[in-house]
Amino acid sequence: MNLQAVDKIIDRYEAKSSALIGILQDIQEKYHYLPQEALSLTKKRLNIPLINILSVATFYNIFTLKPRGRHLINVCLGTACHVKGAGKILEKLERELGIKRSETTHDLRFSLETVRCLGCCSLAPVMRIDSDTYGNLRQDKAIKILKKYE
Amino acid sequence: MNKKIENLEDLERIKEEGLKSIYPDKTKIAVGTATCGLASGAEEILETITREVREKNLSMTVTRTGCLGFCQKEPLVDVLRPGWPRITYCEMTPERAKKMVNELAQGKLKREWILAKMEEEEFLIEGKIRKYLLNGLPEAIDEIPLYGDVPFYKKQMKIAMRNCGFIDPEKIDEYIGRGGYQSLYKILTQYQPDQVIEEIRKSGLRGRGGGGFLTGRKWYFCRQASGDKRYVICNADEGDPGAYMDRSVLEGDPHSILEGMIIGAYAIGAHEGYIYVRAEYPLAVKILKKAIGQAEEYGFLGSNIFGSGFDFSIQINRGGGAFVCGESTALMASIEGKVGEPRAKHIHTVESGLWERPTNLNNVETWANVPAIIARGSDWFSKIGTKESKGTKVFSLVGKISNTGLVEIPMGITLREIVYDIGGGIPGGKKFKAVQTGGPSGGCVPEKLIDLPVDFEELTRVGSMMGSGGMIVMDEDTCMVDVAKYFLSFLQDESCGKCTSCREGIKRMLQILTRITQGKGEEGDIELLEELSQVVADTSLCALGATAPNPVLTTIRYFRDEYEAHIKDKRCPAKVCRDLITYTIDEEKCTGCMRCLKECPQQAIVGERKRPHQILQEKCIKCGMCYEACRFDAVKVE
Repeated sequence: MNLQAVDKIIDRYEAKSSALIGILQDIQEKYHYLPQEALSLTKKRLNIPLINILSVATFYNIFTLKPRGRHLINVCLGTACHVKGAGKILEKLERELGIKRSETTHDLRFSLETVRCLGCCSLAPVMRIDSDTYGNLRQDKAIKILKKYE
Repeated sequence: MNKKIENLEDLERIKEEGLKSIYPDKTKIAVGTATCGLASGAEEILETITREVREKNLSMTVTRTGCLGFCQKEPLVDVLRPGWPRITYCEMTPERAKKMVNELAQGKLKREWILAKMEEEEFLIEGKIRKYLLNGLPEAIDEIPLYGDVPFYKKQMKIAMRNCGFIDPEKIDEYIGRGGYQSLYKILTQYQPDQVIEEIRKSGLRGRGGGGFLTGRKWYFCRQASGDKRYVICNADEGDPGAYMDRSVLEGDPHSILEGMIIGAYAIGAHEGYIYVRAEYPLAVKILKKAIGQAEEYGFLGSNIFGSGFDFSIQINRGGGAFVCGESTALMASIEGKVGEPRAKHIHTVESGLWERPTNLNNVETWANVPAIIARGSDWFSKIGTKESKGTKVFSLVGKISNTGLVEIPMGITLREIVYDIGGGIPGGKKFKAVQTGGPSGGCVPEKLIDLPVDFEELTRVGSMMGSGGMIVMDEDTCMVDVAKYFLSFLQDESCGKCTSCREGIKRMLQILTRITQGKGEEGDIELLEELSQVVADTSLCALGATAPNPVLTTIRYFRDEYEAHIKDKRCPAKVCRDLITYTIDEEKCTGCMRCLKECPQQAIVGERKRPHQILQEKCIKCGMCYEACRFDAVKVE
C-alpha cells in the first residue's frame, strides 16, 4: 500500500496529536475506511500509542475499520423519519441488497449505514447516498433510486 | 490586492456594493439551495434556470440563497424584479422553472406556482423597512397573498434567521449589505469589553442549545476566570434528531455566527475560536470555510481587526457522528483529538475547559443573536418574549404536520398557535396526539396541554424541555410506547459508556420497553421503569444520562393508558407495534389487482387476478408493503 497520501494528510495537520480526528477523517475520505497500514503510520508520525488511535476510531460513528462499497447509503433514523416510517425503508433496503445495516454487498457496490438525523426532517423519511440526499421516500421509491448508482 | 476594511467608510462602501448585489437593477432569480432545497431537487432547478437564461441571452441574474423556512413547499425560488414586489415561487420543477423564466422575460408571472409576495422587508440590524418600488406591476399580482398573510409566516419574527433566504450565503458583501459587521465595528470602536457583556446580560439572552443559561453571565464568568489564554467555541454539533435550525443558519447566513463569535471573543478576551460542526452537515462545513476565508480577507478575522489592536482567529473542527459530543465537556475533549467522553463539571468550563483554559461555549443560534442585540440594544431585545425567556426561538416543526419547516417565533406563543395556526394542523384528518420537544432529553407534551405558552420554564414545568428546538408532531397513528422505545434505543447507541447507570440502566429500560411492545409486558413494568428512571437520572455524570429517562417518564405521565393497553390487553392502540397487529385484506374492497401480491417479499399473499386476495398470517412479517402498495384501501391493520 502506497502511503504517500497519508503522509501528506499528516503534514497538513503538522503531525499534531490534537488533530487526530481530522487526520482520520481525511484518511477515511481518501480510502473510504481506515486501513491498518495507514493507522500504523499515523501512530508513528504522531508518536502516540495505537490504542489511542483505535479508541478514537471505534468511538466515533463515522469511522470504519472495514472496507466500504463504492456507494454509501445512509438511512436517516431521526425522530421525524422514525414516526414517518424510516424503519420500513431500512428493512426494504436490507432485503433488496441482501445485507444488514453496517454491512457491505459482496460486489462492493453498496454499504448500508444508518444515521441519526441528516437535518432534512421536513422531507422525512430521508436517505443519503454518497452526497445526494433523497426525501419523501416510500419503500418502492427508495429501491428505484438505487438504480442510479453503479 | 489588499481588501482589508479598516474604517467605517470602507464598510459603507462594501455595503453599497452588497446592496447592489442583493437588489440588482435587473431581474434576479434566487434559488434556495440549502440541504432541504437540494434534497427536493433545487440543484436541477438552478441548472435549468441558468441554462435558459444563458441560451435565450436574457438580462437576468441567477444566484443561490439559503433556507426560506417553508420546507414543505421546497424547492423555493425568489424573484426580484425592479418595480415588482419580491415574489416567491414554490414547489418548482425543472419544467415549471423553464416556463417561469420565459414568462418573466415577457414581464408575466404564473399565479398558480406562487406562494407569496413581499412588498416590504425588514433590515433588522438597522431597524429599517425597505419598501419595494411598485411601479411596474404585472397582471394578476393582486391575487397573490402578502407574506404576512400566509398563515405559516404570519406569527413569525426573524432575528436569528434574519438573513436566511435574503442573501447569497457565499457572498460576504451581501451580508454587509444588510447591516452585517456594523455591530462588530460598533463594539470595537466604542465599547469596553465589560460594556459588551453588560449589554448581553441585560438583554436576557439565554443559551439556545438547550441549557438556557444566561449568556451574559457565562461571558462574565469566563472573562473573570484566571488564565493567560481563553477560548470561545461555537457548538454546531446539532445532534438532536428532528432539529435542524442550526444547519439552516450555518448554510444560510454563516457570517452572523462569525460576527457573533468575534464580538464574544472581544468581550471575553479570547483570541482563538473553534466551530465544532457535525460530520453529517458537509454543506455547512463548505460554506463556513468560505465565509471564514472571506472574513479573513476583509480583516474581520486575523490581527488588528478594524485597527483596534484586537486579534482573533477561527478554526473549524468536524465532528465524528457522536451525539454525546454536543455536551460541552465531551465536545472540548473531541477538539483536543480525544474520545468524546464528558467529565464532571465541579469546575466549570468557563474556568477550565479546552486544554484546561477558560472556555466559553455557545450554540449557533445564540451566536447569531448577538450582532442583532448589539445593533438594536438590550432594551429592544428584552421587550420580546416572556418574563424569563427573552427574544425569539427557532423551532423545526416536523412530523405529522401539514406545514413542515423552520419557524422563528417570539417566546411565549402557545403550542396551539404553532401547531394549528403556523403548522396548519394535522394532515389527512387525523387527530393530534402530542408534540415531542427537546430531543432525546425532552419529553412529549400531550394534547390537553396544547395551550401551553412555549418558553424555557413552561416546557420544563410539564416534564419536557426546550432543547435545541425540535418539535416533532405526533398524531393518533403514533404509538407513544414505541416513541419512548425509539429514544432509548437512540440513547443506548449514543451513551459513551463512562457511567454504569447510563450505560446499563438505559439498556435495561430498553429491554423492558421492548418486551412491552412485543406483548410480553408484565404487571409492575411501569413502576420498574419509573424506579430505574430515577436511578439513571440521579447517578449519571452528564446531561445525556441525567435526562435520558425524560421521554419515558413523560409518556408514562401523559399516556399511561397506552402502556396499560400494551401490557394488560396486549394491544397497540396506534397499530404500530408489530407483534400486536395483523394485516388483513378487506374482501369487499379488494379488486384483485395483484399489486400487493407482487410487492410482498414473503410471498405471503395469495389469490387470483380479479378475485379478492388473502394474507397468510403464518408467513407475514408485517413489513407493511401491501398496505403501502394498495390503491383501494383494502389492506387493514388491526
